[in-house]
Amino acid sequence: MGGVTGGGLELRGVVKDFPTRRRSGRATRRALDRIDLVVAPGEFACLVGASGSGKSTLLSLVAGLIRPTAGEILLDGAPVTRPGPERGLVCQTGALYPWRTVERNVGFGLELLPLPRAERARRVAWYLEEVGLTDQRRSLPRQLSGGQRQRVAIARALACEPEVVLLDEPFGALDVQTKEDMQVFLRQVWQDTGTTVLMVTHDVEEAVFLGQRVVVLANDPGRVAAEITVGLPAERGLETKRTAEFRALRSQVEDLVRAGQRVG
Amino acid sequence: MTVGSAASVTGPTAATAAGVAGAGGVERSGRAGWPELPRRRVPKRARAPRVFAIGQELPPGLRWTVRALSVLSPLAAWFALAASGWVDPTFLPSPAAVWSAGMEMVRSGDLLTDTAASVRRVAFGFGLAVAISVPLGIAMGSLGVGRAAFEPVIGLLRYLPASAFIPLLIMWLGLGEPSKIALLVIGVVFFNTLMTADVVRLVPRDLLDVSSTLGATQWELLRKVIVPHSLPGIIDAMRVNAAAAWNFVVVAELIAATSGLGYRIARAQRFLQTDRIFAVLVVIGLIGLALDVGLRLLRDSVGRWAA
Repeated sequence: MGGVTGGGLELRGVVKDFPTRRRSGRATRRALDRIDLVVAPGEFACLVGASGSGKSTLLSLVAGLIRPTAGEILLDGAPVTRPGPERGLVCQTGALYPWRTVERNVGFGLELLPLPRAERARRVAWYLEEVGLTDQRRSLPRQLSGGQRQRVAIARALACEPEVVLLDEPFGALDVQTKEDMQVFLRQVWQDTGTTVLMVTHDVEEAVFLGQRVVVLANDPGRVAAEITVGLPAERGLETKRTAEFRALRSQVEDLVRAGQRVG
Repeated sequence: MTVGSAASVTGPTAATAAGVAGAGGVERSGRAGWPELPRRRVPKRARAPRVFAIGQELPPGLRWTVRALSVLSPLAAWFALAASGWVDPTFLPSPAAVWSAGMEMVRSGDLLTDTAASVRRVAFGFGLAVAISVPLGIAMGSLGVGRAAFEPVIGLLRYLPASAFIPLLIMWLGLGEPSKIALLVIGVVFFNTLMTADVVRLVPRDLLDVSSTLGATQWELLRKVIVPHSLPGIIDAMRVNAAAAWNFVVVAELIAATSGLGYRIARAQRFLQTDRIFAVLVVIGLIGLALDVGLRLLRDSVGRWAA
């Protein structure tokens, strides 16, 4: 696929404070504290951490939906100031347009661009084929299964040819079998498109299976506790999860997540 | 599992619980000394049709019977009461008398002109109220500044009864059409604005976030996300408020008018023509029903995706 040249992401000393609802004074709660993180072009990185570690906040910051209190976020050296199609977002609910058919959901971002109708249709058809939903192209979201909906959401983000795809617990609401199918599918899509992927999940197994690197966040306040390079082979199938190497990595990350969890 | 077996389970459960929870866990072994937990008896006649079961649909046959009864029994009561002769027909005319009074008004052409006059007023007044309240409601529901600017004022104005404005409106705008249109607008616009704003606020945050990462500008968010998502709800709000508009037009015509269904009622009252009043009430009811059904069909065709 053409068009993907960069996709390198860099966070330098990113801090995010949220105001708290206290009557006296202007109290704030620190959600993220001095985050330094580099994601290389084309890398698949996973963020894990206990609840309250600010994983989703970090993703919203990279998406440009909220602004950091301090520090900077750079995409290929340029600061991120607002949401844009070069940083595609997929969230847990899928957030599909319920009144639009599958193909019109996938085409949403392209409709906003000065693109001839035929060119848009060709691209939408390609991404529908990639996610295996060509037969459902005229269905409404409510007619789809949970897994199919997430495929639409992924295709919709990819259609804008983002430098980075940001995934916020995209398979969190799926049953275990569907989730594993989707994990294999996502790795395939990543290999096909070469897009940089930053994925938030609370599922350590998922993070180790999908990521080239797993970043562990500790909570209260959220900060980077550890970064683990996943030395598994590039070709991974569900049988990879049964290997001793995989299980050792998984245990290691699980221990790190638990160690970073401060129970308040 | 029966209650009796619970006691035998207690031993190992307590042991594992203590092992996991460690110090500070509740002492589980105490359960052995508890009295048996009383159980409720399940009613035996559970197979009879559950007419009063919460959250249950009636079987279709029964549903239609209940519907027919709810329409036909007041009608039957009217027939019976009129035929019994207990009530003076001046106060409660018979259905037959109402029918012939209605037919007479149809023949004279009064009913048609009056209906047309009322419908025209509703079309203008309600149309104007919708044209003001829908954009205002969308602004209030989607923009923080819109909410801060309009919510306090509209929240207050909504509690002022529209009918209380009639004397003022007559002084300001005279006895003609403008005062009636204005009453309709006052009666509808505030409610419709607030209800529209509530519908717009239901657009999920996720949907807006994802749309802006797909490159949508503020204007595109409004046009391509907020409006289509809110449209079925906006039509629902309109349906509720169309009923109010239809009420207000009759109120306006009762007080000062020379045409319209409300005027026809006021006039019939002067001559004690109760049968005519009833006939006009039936027409008002039927038109209201038609309006409601029409808007419901519109809503269903616009909001097919939500079904």
